[in-house]
Amino acid sequence: MRTVVRGAGLSVRIYPRALIVGVLLLAAALAVALVNLTTGDFPVPVADVLKSLAGKGDAGTDFIVYELRLPRVLVTLLVGAALGASGAVFQSLTRNPLGSPDFIGLTTGAASGALIVMLIAGGGGAQVGVGAIVGCVITAVVIYLLAFRRGVQPFRLVLMGIGVSALLEALNSYLIYRARLNEAIAAQVWLIGSVNGRGWTEVIIAGVTVVLLLPTVVYFGRHLKLLALGDEMAVLQGVPVERSRAILALAAVGLSAGATAAAGPIAFVALAAPPLAARLSRSPNAGILPAAMMGAMLLSAGDWAAQNALPGNDIPVGVITAALGGVYLTWLLFRERGARR
Amino acid sequence: MEPTLTAVIAAPPSSAHQNRAKRRWIGFVAALAVLFVVIAVSIAIGSRTIELSTVWQVLWHPDNSPESAIVHDLRLPRTLLGLGVGAALGLAGTVMQALTRNPLAEPGLLGVNMGASTLVVVAIAFLGVTTASGYVWFAFLGAALTSAAVFALGGAGRHPTPERQILAGVSITAVLGAFVWVILVLRREAFDRYRHWDVGSFSDRDSGTVLRILPFLAVGIVLALILGRQLNALSLGDDSATAVGAHPVRIRALGLLAVTLLCGAATAAAGPIWFLGLAVPYAARMIVGSDYRWILAYAVIIGPALILGADVLGRVLVTPAELPVGVVTAFLGAPLFIALCRRRRLSSL
Repeated sequence: MRTVVRGAGLSVRIYPRALIVGVLLLAAALAVALVNLTTGDFPVPVADVLKSLAGKGDAGTDFIVYELRLPRVLVTLLVGAALGASGAVFQSLTRNPLGSPDFIGLTTGAASGALIVMLIAGGGGAQVGVGAIVGCVITAVVIYLLAFRRGVQPFRLVLMGIGVSALLEALNSYLIYRARLNEAIAAQVWLIGSVNGRGWTEVIIAGVTVVLLLPTVVYFGRHLKLLALGDEMAVLQGVPVERSRAILALAAVGLSAGATAAAGPIAFVALAAPPLAARLSRSPNAGILPAAMMGAMLLSAGDWAAQNALPGNDIPVGVITAALGGVYLTWLLFRERGARR
Repeated sequence: MEPTLTAVIAAPPSSAHQNRAKRRWIGFVAALAVLFVVIAVSIAIGSRTIELSTVWQVLWHPDNSPESAIVHDLRLPRTLLGLGVGAALGLAGTVMQALTRNPLAEPGLLGVNMGASTLVVVAIAFLGVTTASGYVWFAFLGAALTSAAVFALGGAGRHPTPERQILAGVSITAVLGAFVWVILVLRREAFDRYRHWDVGSFSDRDSGTVLRILPFLAVGIVLALILGRQLNALSLGDDSATAVGAHPVRIRALGLLAVTLLCGAATAAAGPIWFLGLAVPYAARMIVGSDYRWILAYAVIIGPALILGADVLGRVLVTPAELPVGVVTAFLGAPLFIALCRRRRLSSL
C-alpha cells in the first residue's frame, strides 16, 4: 500500500515537468510553424504574417498566407500531433519502443486503402482519405485477430504487424505496377508522405481527427501507467482493463488513419516522438500530450528542412523524417544492445 | 525439429532409421521431378505459350522461327536466372537459420538483401556503375556489412531470441530503406534505373546476367553444401559443438562468407526478394527432419522450384502484363511467416 502511495507521490512530482515540457514543445512547434509561414517562393516578413493572421494584412499577403501556406502549416501541425499521440498509445500498449503504428503495418494498411481508391476506383481528394481510414482500421482488426491467442501478447502483435505489412507492401507494389505510368508516379509520391500542396480539405480531415480523438486518448490514457504494471495490478486499482485498452487502441488507430489520410504514410514520427518527449521530461512515460506536441514540432521542423534543404526543390517531408528516423532507430538498437548486455 | 544426436553421431541402424533414409531419397527424387516440371512450364508458358514438343525441338535445334528466338533469348536466360537465384536464396536462408538457430532467419527479413541493394543504389547514384557485373561487388559488400550488423545487434546479449533478431533486421531494413529514398530523391536519373532493378524481377535481365554471377554463385553453393556437417554440430550449441571437435567461430565465419556470396549474387542479379529463404528450409525440414546435410541438398532443389513457380504465377495471373517475382514470393511467404509466428512458442533451432 505504501509503495503505491509513494508511486502516486512520485508521479505528482513528475507531472509539472511533463506539463512544462509539453507547453515548451507546443511553443516551439508554433514558432517553427510561424517560420514556415514566412518561407517559400515569396518570403514574407514575420510582422506581415502576424498582421495577416490578425486580419489586418493586405490582399497579396492574405492570399499567400491563407491560401498557399496556412493549410500546409496546419496540416503539418495536426498530422504531427496525431502521429505523436498515436505512437505514444501504441508504444505503451505493446510495451515496446518499436510498437508504433508505422512499424506494425497500420500506415501500410492505410496506404493500401488509399491506393485502391486512387488506382482502381479512380477517386481523389477526400475519397482517398476515406480509403486510407478504412484500410487502416481493417488492417488493425486483422492484426489484432491474428495476434489473438488467449489474449494478445504485445510482442506477437509487433511480429504480426511485420508479416501483415510485408503482405500489404507486396499488394501496394502490385497496385502501382499495374497502374498507368502517370497515375503510378502520383501514387509513388503519395506513398512517401508529403504535405506539399495540401488544402483545406486535408486540414478538415486532420483537424476533425485530432479534435475528436486526442481528448479521448488523453482521458483514457491515465490508465496507461497502470496497464503497464500488468493487468492484475490494473484490475486491483479499479481500471476496466479490456475496455480501456480497446478504446485506446481504436482511438490510436483512428489518429494514425486520419494522419495518413491527410498527408500520406509519413514514417518514423510516431516512432520517435514519444521517447524523445519522455527523455525531455525525464520520466519513463511522458504521457500523450507531450508526445503529441513533440510530433507537431518534429514534423514542422521536418517540413521546414524539406523546403530549404535543396534550393528550388520542394522535397516531400516524408523523406526528411525517414532520414532522421533512420538515425534515431539505429541509435535505439545500439542502446538496446547495450542495455541487454 | 529438435536437434538430435543422430545428426552427428551415426545411430545404430534400425527400421525407423532405414524408413527415414528411404523417405529422404524418395522425397529428393520427387522434388527433382517437380523441379523439372516447373522448368519445362517456365520455358513454355508466357504471354505467348509454346507447345512443349516445340520447346524441346527448338531447344536442341535452334532455327529462325519466333518460337526459337523466344526460347533462346527470353525464356531460357530467365529460367536459368531463376534456378541460380532460387538455389542461392534457399541455401542462404538455411545457413542463416543454422548460424542464428532461429527458424525465422531469412536474408530478406534480416535485412541482408536490403543491405546489398542499398550499396547497389549508392553505386548507381554516385559512382555511375551501370552493369550487373559492377553491381555484384557492391552487393557483396552490402550483404557482408548488414549480415555482420544484424548478428551483432540481434544476436548480442544474454538471450538473443528469434523475435529480437527479426526486429533488428526489420529495423535495419527500415533505416536502409529511408537512406535509399533520400538518395533517390537527390538523384532523379538514378531513380529510373533503380526502379527497374528494385522490384525483384527476372524480366529485362539480359542473358549475360546469369553468366556474370555464376562464378560467385557456384562458390557460394559449394561452400554452403560442404558446411552441412559443421552446421549439424553447431545446432547442438557452441559448447557441445566444441566437444565433438567442431570450431564454432570458424563455422560462423565460413557460413557468413557463404551467405554473403549467395545473397550478394542473387540480389545483384534479381533485386531484393523476400521470404524465399524462410519457406525453403521450412519445407525441407518437414520432409527430412533436422539433418542439415539433407536440408541443404533439398534447398538446392526446392528453392529454384519455388521461385520459378512464383515467376510463372506472376506471368499467368495478370496477362498480358506480368507480376514481378518478388511480389509473388511476398504474397506467398508472408502468410507462412504469420503462421510460424502464431505458434505458441517458437522452438529455437
